Amino acid sequence: MTANTGTTVMTLLQALNLALMEEMERNKDVVVLGEDVARNGGVFRTTEGLMAKFGEARVIDTPLAESGIIGAAIGMAMYGLRPVAEIQFSDFIFPAMDQIVSEMAKLRYRSGGEFTCPVVVRTPSGGGIRGGHYHSQSPEAYFCHTPGLMVLAPSTPEDAKGLLKSAIRGNDPVIFFEPKRIYRTVKGEVPNDPDFTVPIGKARIARAGKDVTVISWGAMVHTCLEAAEKAARNGVDIEVVDLRSLVPLDEEAVLNSAKKTGRVVVASEATRTCGFASEISAFLAEEIIEYLEAPIVRVTGYDTPFPYALEHVYMPGPNRVLDAVQRVMTF
Amino acid sequence: MPAELLGVFGTGGVTKKLPVPELGRDELLQLHRNMVRTRKLDERGMKLQRQGRIGFYVPSFGEEAAQIGSAAALKKNDWVSPSYRQQGVALVRGVNATEMLDNCFGNSGDAAKGRQMPVHYTFRSHNFISIGSPIGTQIAHATGVAMAMRIRGDANVCLTYLGDGATSSNDFHTGLNFAGVFKSPCVFVCINNQYAISLNVAGQSGSTTIADKARAYGMPGVRVDGNDVLAVYATTLAAVEAARQGDGPTLLELFSFRMGPHSSSDDPSRYRPKVEEDEWRAKDPIQRFEKWLLENKHMTAADMAAVHEQAETEMAEAAKLSETKEAPSKDSLFEDVYAAMPASLKRQQAALHAEGDAHAQDRNAAFPL
Repeated sequence: MTANTGTTVMTLLQALNLALMEEMERNKDVVVLGEDVARNGGVFRTTEGLMAKFGEARVIDTPLAESGIIGAAIGMAMYGLRPVAEIQFSDFIFPAMDQIVSEMAKLRYRSGGEFTCPVVVRTPSGGGIRGGHYHSQSPEAYFCHTPGLMVLAPSTPEDAKGLLKSAIRGNDPVIFFEPKRIYRTVKGEVPNDPDFTVPIGKARIARAGKDVTVISWGAMVHTCLEAAEKAARNGVDIEVVDLRSLVPLDEEAVLNSAKKTGRVVVASEATRTCGFASEISAFLAEEIIEYLEAPIVRVTGYDTPFPYALEHVYMPGPNRVLDAVQRVMTF
Repeated sequence: MPAELLGVFGTGGVTKKLPVPELGRDELLQLHRNMVRTRKLDERGMKLQRQGRIGFYVPSFGEEAAQIGSAAALKKNDWVSPSYRQQGVALVRGVNATEMLDNCFGNSGDAAKGRQMPVHYTFRSHNFISIGSPIGTQIAHATGVAMAMRIRGDANVCLTYLGDGATSSNDFHTGLNFAGVFKSPCVFVCINNQYAISLNVAGQSGSTTIADKARAYGMPGVRVDGNDVLAVYATTLAAVEAARQGDGPTLLELFSFRMGPHSSSDDPSRYRPKVEEDEWRAKDPIQRFEKWLLENKHMTAADMAAVHEQAETEMAEAAKLSETKEAPSKDSLFEDVYAAMPASLKRQQAALHAEGDAHAQDRNAAFPL
């Protein structure tokens, strides 16, 4: 057993694996299912070692059908289990959209609360791995647009572990976007306490600053932090807000930071039109426009399918964030 | 009773022997040449990936007979709705290796304009439909293409390729169901290579064979030794011609083995025993065909060596040519999203131009899956 105090430095991937280990240990109703998750330990190795420890009954290699994975997970949840379903890449979640949007999201509401659906759908998302159209997208907005689903997107090992544990212990369906580009590259201190969790619906100030608020989530948070370091060298003090939880949104944290700086940039890898960055922008414009010194500026992917050869052109990097920062600073 | 396993060569668990199809020497040699070219293309593709010159590759080692034998049964005006392990089929359709390697390099010569990952080809002029990564979607497209052929009154057939994993997909059911209802001129070729990444076919389906599934859709299901190019050719031809004559669709199961990894990012030693690979290596489709060609005096060992050498040179030269081509232009990022570029996208394109090159993210390392 790990000591219950202190922290251990680990990658985001290891933190997710540890969260699954601990929650499966803690509650025998937690089961893991998906493609290649058992024998192969997941194509990214997120579920490595789970089958050896908890057996094939609780760690299930499913046939290749996302609608089957999610549909079965919903059934398991209705019966009382707490399934953690893996969709290998968030780009492949779409065959399961009917199960997610029509069933998982609405089950509590349509049954008057008789049936609930505590399913966690873990899915790697985002670009930067040379994966082309179908291994790179950031589809979080589709799910934020569906009432009944919680949508989480951690950016650090600590939050990955703490939020996944909260998601598994919670009573609502969760779409849990994992920033696959930084699975192995971002390391951090993670509390050893097996009951450490991060509350859903709370943002994190990833970097405090006074001049401009940059709001982001997932892997993009690290791009924004890089931009903030560059800006600091030019005397601009950026506050980076890591949403962690898109739905429910930590409205208070977003409002407070925006009111403090009066200048807001929202940065996301996803395509621009109807992205979650647009929702944040609209929310702030409605609530606190009188505090703002400049228009709210979005930094996003382009409104094109995610490309292969031109990925490095498509992905918004720190300089694109800085362009937006300059725009709100000089308005 | 599960479906019989049909074969010409008669080894490898075959339960029913087929006669040797009527093929002239030139046609036999063409089958052989394309199988070897497919092998050499895959070897080149994997090598380029290992050297870091392309980001990703999906080999089709062990599936040469299944691809070449089936594609050879098609006519020029027939269509192919492929999955992403069909480079051999593309060669048979007349695509050259440079066209495929242009896609792997993602260069400006690529018909897909460098927008897709390697091996996601598109060859309109060869009636070879653009390949996507989602599993099974192409099956329903094939049914639709075949329905359209009927509506237009064309005597063409659409042949689709899928793997054992795709038989679990929604579109396997819907594609076969529609084709069964509408008696579409469609042939569903399942290359059962027994592994969907790490999952063995036994974990994919409770059905004894994949061919057995056909019955539920009201079409014949035929199970063939997929490493026997003559059997694959003969059975595919029968299915294609039945479809052409209005007798409806067929599900063909070509029983084979994925000799290589799922992709350049996969390591099969994590999930399958090496003895299984050794056992199937002994059933190598090229070696089996070469043995038959030698025994029947269609080729000499020297003839074969020459074919291998020519194919090796062909692929090396194709790679050299593809590697010299320029990357796609930044403007191409915004083209083909719509028939006409909307104002919003024009604005985004202009913004990209305005920022210059310094803003581009660094290129990343190889694709991890």
